[in-house]
Amino acid sequence: MAEFVANGFLRFDAIVPDDVNERAVDEIARLNDERLLPDGMKPPHTLTPLDECYPLPSAIGEYLRLPQIRGIITSLVGSDPTFDHDWVHHIPAGGSYVQPLHVDATTDSPDPTFDIQLFWYPRSVEPGAGGTRFVPGSHLTRVRSSGLARYQHIVGEQQVSCPAGSVFVFHHGLWHAGQPNPGGAERWLYKIRFNPTEAQVRRWDTSDLDDVQNPPSDHIFARMQPGSVAEVFRTWHPWMGVTDYRNDQMQRALLWRYLTGDDEFDVDYYLTRLEGRAGLVAGRA
Amino acid sequence: MPDVTLRQQVLYLWLEGASIDEKVVGWAFHDGTDGAGPDLPAPDEPGAPPYRSGLRALRDGWMLLQSAQLVPPAPGQEHVNSYLEYEFVLERRVELP
Repeated sequence: MAEFVANGFLRFDAIVPDDVNERAVDEIARLNDERLLPDGMKPPHTLTPLDECYPLPSAIGEYLRLPQIRGIITSLVGSDPTFDHDWVHHIPAGGSYVQPLHVDATTDSPDPTFDIQLFWYPRSVEPGAGGTRFVPGSHLTRVRSSGLARYQHIVGEQQVSCPAGSVFVFHHGLWHAGQPNPGGAERWLYKIRFNPTEAQVRRWDTSDLDDVQNPPSDHIFARMQPGSVAEVFRTWHPWMGVTDYRNDQMQRALLWRYLTGDDEFDVDYYLTRLEGRAGLVAGRA
Repeated sequence: MPDVTLRQQVLYLWLEGASIDEKVVGWAFHDGTDGAGPDLPAPDEPGAPPYRSGLRALRDGWMLLQSAQLVPPAPGQEHVNSYLEYEFVLERRVELP
């Protein structure tokens, strides 16, 4: 979970069984072809509870009911999230369209709540063959989506390549874009977004949290606890200058406070320092 | 003197800090010559920028058009990141026959 907060994504290689992947390609192709037609296969209505999305028999429904996928979803957005939307991204072999870098939906709210987007690649994606481009660590910024189109290249960005059945889980704020597919294989991606309906507090396996949760005094310029959450939150993405990095550490700490219910959590003392001084002013008043 | 056509190549560089000799963290290239002019130098490793710093680009003949203004953060926004902050825009004018 700490890595999700620091990087904005998690990667699970070949987590979906082959037989589900194979049947899924036919089904998502059909969804892609028919979803906007008057008749034919349709996605769920927005706000549909997860348990009611794609009733069986359905390959998408099987995927969403896999214990390992439900575990991921529950850990991040609780056990009863609602369907936001889904989309099939099919890039034919030789497809040359370059999608501009963007974030989905609108400029984000200032609170730490988040949606997740699961990117499922039912077929393998070779390096450079149309895998999604994304920028690790970009998820806690506040931007207008179209403003990101200017960035053709960012140091440290990645492009998905993976074995069949891999799932990438994105924080909804992660900058990303579809890429050309100069290879000879079609590229299939099924993306689905879920909204939490309950506070995202300690929904994952927190059995080791007491061991790794560092105190607010954990400070790179003083003393540090080895193996702590703060250590993960010191991940420095190569596109970040020093101010970006420290600001992002503060945003990671605020998100971790929400996820753990620990209002005193901090990394490298940035929040605690300011909060201590603010308390002095309040006391004087 | 033979007729020549002037075309512009534009290079956006985003740097790690406010000084043009700092490290490149992002870039974009727009080629008004449609491939007839010089290309960017090949990176020295995959995913690396064409120039390691803005200064390296100047030394390769790029001319500075605009550098990032230093804008103090709005109250309440001091600790929120947004776009890449230190944007430098450079141009190269290419004569085409």
